[in-house]
Amino acid sequence: MTGVAIAFWVLAAVAVLCSLLVITSRNPVASVLYLVVTFFCLAGLFVTLHSHFLAAIQVIVYAGAIMVLFLFVVMLLNLGTPQWFDVATTPLKAVALVLGIGFVGALAAAGVGDFEPSATGPAAGVHPDVLGSTEAIATALYSAYYLPFLVTALLLLVAMVGAVVLARRER
Amino acid sequence: MSEVGVGHYLTLSAILFTIGAIGVLTRKNAIIVFMAIEIMLNAANLAFVTFAMSIGDLGGLVMVLFVIAVAAAEAAVGLAIIVAMYRHRETVNVEAFTAMRG
Repeated sequence: MTGVAIAFWVLAAVAVLCSLLVITSRNPVASVLYLVVTFFCLAGLFVTLHSHFLAAIQVIVYAGAIMVLFLFVVMLLNLGTPQWFDVATTPLKAVALVLGIGFVGALAAAGVGDFEPSATGPAAGVHPDVLGSTEAIATALYSAYYLPFLVTALLLLVAMVGAVVLARRER
Repeated sequence: MSEVGVGHYLTLSAILFTIGAIGVLTRKNAIIVFMAIEIMLNAANLAFVTFAMSIGDLGGLVMVLFVIAVAAAEAAVGLAIIVAMYRHRETVNVEAFTAMRG
């Protein structure tokens, strides 16, 4: 078993375990912290896929910024202790479990585990370390994808203004 | 079993997405519902990176950046809505938010 394979199995197991703990934990603060662990595991999986820049972005933006925002709101609303038994009523839970198991079963039946794509993309022959490098992503972002990039900047501005307006205390 | 392939990553992505979907359907705490949505977005990101690296196309990697930006915007606006609703109802139970129910 190679080092990459060991890293994959360990990270995958921890990611699945922690994401299960996120949706089953009674305490929202514990959920946030388990979700941070899940994001770190996904960053590690990005490294095993030779995508180092996205791993760094995952840690900085997701685990660093977005989860701090979540933790901030949990603390602000004083939800640190479970206040009510907040798992949905039994019929909905049964529907969720059936849908979830059915979805994984359908994927297994469709043979997603055996999927092997053909390397036909524009950069098919490029070494993965070069493909996932900061330079390659920056070149694509500022040339082929510059218009979506600008729209993303506008989206973030609108979201920022919207968040301020929504959370403002009305006088 | 010793060699990890594309199928392993995609299966993990599907499992994480399913866990997120079950979380959205079963929890009533609005903040935990949001966290389950983040798990689903991350599962999609993992699939994007896997496909981008296996077929050799940078578009998937750039798309992950856009997904992260949209997730950040969604988290900011969504949490602001939760804070505003908490001021009205003193709870974040999604079953208490019935103002838009038809």
